[in-house]
Amino acid sequence: MSKKTLSAWDKVLLARSASRPKSSDYIDEIFTNFIDFSGDRCFGDDKSIITGIAMLEDIPVTIVAQQKGKTAKENIERNFGMTNPEGYRKALRQMKQAEKFNRPIITFIDTPGAYPGIGAEERGQGEAIARNLMEMSALKVPIICIVIGEGSSGGALGIGVGDKIVMLENAVYSILSPEGFASILYKDSSKAKEAAENMKITAKDLKKLDIIDEIIKEPSEGIEENFDEVTEEIKNYLIKNLKKLLKMDKQKLLEKRYEKYRKIGQ
Amino acid sequence: MIIDKVKKINDKEEKRTKNVEAQDMMIGKWVKCDRCKEIIYKEDLHKNLSVCPNCGKHFRLSSRRRIKQIADEGTFVEIGADILTKDPLNFEGYLKKVEILKEKTKIEEAVKCGICEIEGKKVVLGVMDGNFLMGSMGSAVGERITLAVETAIKEKLPLILFCVSGGARMQEGIISLMQMAKTSAAIERLNQAGLLYISVLTDPTTGGVTASFASLGEIILAEPDALIGFAGPRVIEQTIKQKLPEGFQSSEFLLEHGFIDKIVERKDLKSTISKILEITG
Repeated sequence: MSKKTLSAWDKVLLARSASRPKSSDYIDEIFTNFIDFSGDRCFGDDKSIITGIAMLEDIPVTIVAQQKGKTAKENIERNFGMTNPEGYRKALRQMKQAEKFNRPIITFIDTPGAYPGIGAEERGQGEAIARNLMEMSALKVPIICIVIGEGSSGGALGIGVGDKIVMLENAVYSILSPEGFASILYKDSSKAKEAAENMKITAKDLKKLDIIDEIIKEPSEGIEENFDEVTEEIKNYLIKNLKKLLKMDKQKLLEKRYEKYRKIGQ
Repeated sequence: MIIDKVKKINDKEEKRTKNVEAQDMMIGKWVKCDRCKEIIYKEDLHKNLSVCPNCGKHFRLSSRRRIKQIADEGTFVEIGADILTKDPLNFEGYLKKVEILKEKTKIEEAVKCGICEIEGKKVVLGVMDGNFLMGSMGSAVGERITLAVETAIKEKLPLILFCVSGGARMQEGIISLMQMAKTSAAIERLNQAGLLYISVLTDPTTGGVTASFASLGEIILAEPDALIGFAGPRVIEQTIKQKLPEGFQSSEFLLEHGFIDKIVERKDLKSTISKILEITG
């Protein structure tokens, strides 16, 4: 498949494909000594989000990553990457710990959206996401967010506020799934393909809109084929940028983060 | 009394169903409560703060009526009125739709913000309006809310936001999504400045607004029986493939689950807010 022929909808399908690498694959390749931690200390452990600490070369980091399953069984366990409130709260707990120990935070985004279920509403899905947006805007450590597959709606943004927002070339990031969008605006969910083209959800579109900072190239023969190349590029990007961000005065870091969002839609 | 009057009208209405002209006149002056099905004379409804005199259902309020109910007369000075709808995705038909809506509703966007007094106490007040694209948050709403928060910080004033929203403004795509982050970041600054933010949730408050500033009030009040949630009931039903229980995502449901401080009837909202302002200084 040549790159030029990929439409926004093609990218949606690629971003969702089962064979596409998941967060755990990136964690394994990019970091060393990863230790995963569980639970929100409040209700439960949401397996749609992996959190923990690791080394990025010589930099200790905190990792927060949405994890889709690779098999049907794992997908059920991971709730297809759809996060519940306890997942956002687990993420926040780890991020607060990162702040306490001055560790930068790296988040990997890959979700069809926050889970729309009875329990999720009972436990305050809206509140959990809102709190993360608010807290992440003021965490005194650098945050880099990487959209590796599907970045859908508030479910993605809930771990997606940071100093640098990065997207893989064939990842998508949108306000809602194209199906949902089509059903709301065109009253016809089968028009998802058309919606995808109009929604501006590709890395290229979002770079143009100044929503993301960097696009990580994917090999034209497919990300699965040359995964090393991709993880190497991510690793280099992370090291280069974290070093810069870590040197920055904390007040300035937060000022710049605020400005980054303040200017969107101004 | 009014009920007798309405019944008479009701009987007449049935007789007149063939008379289209007469029907139009009826629709203009009377409304049917969708909860108790009573026909209410519009003027009576408005005199009763747009609460059904029969069953107590809180009808949705325009921003204009809400401001009139909450702000001391003549004190409201609007801010951010020059922040207007943008079309960052060049979405077909969007601005045209907005123009038609502006003409119809006589409002410029889905939120109106300003500085006013509540029983003599100065505050920044933001009021969303469900008549404008279901109170959805696009760039203009995000900007106006953020400006309101920043004004509160600058002037060291308490902030009060009345929420009503179907969620993010779809036509502005990712720009709308980012307004959630922007407004939440502004609220964080307000908190760091040690200022009070009261969020008042009204029917309906859902989606991206629930998942941002609406849920971040230091104190969260809600009107009775408002629909409040992140995911819409229809989406949840489709996902879990079962009917939702009675009262799911109502104000009472949220109170029970610990997500709001208090349910306050419309007639008591102003005095309750005033009391809070007095104690918190």
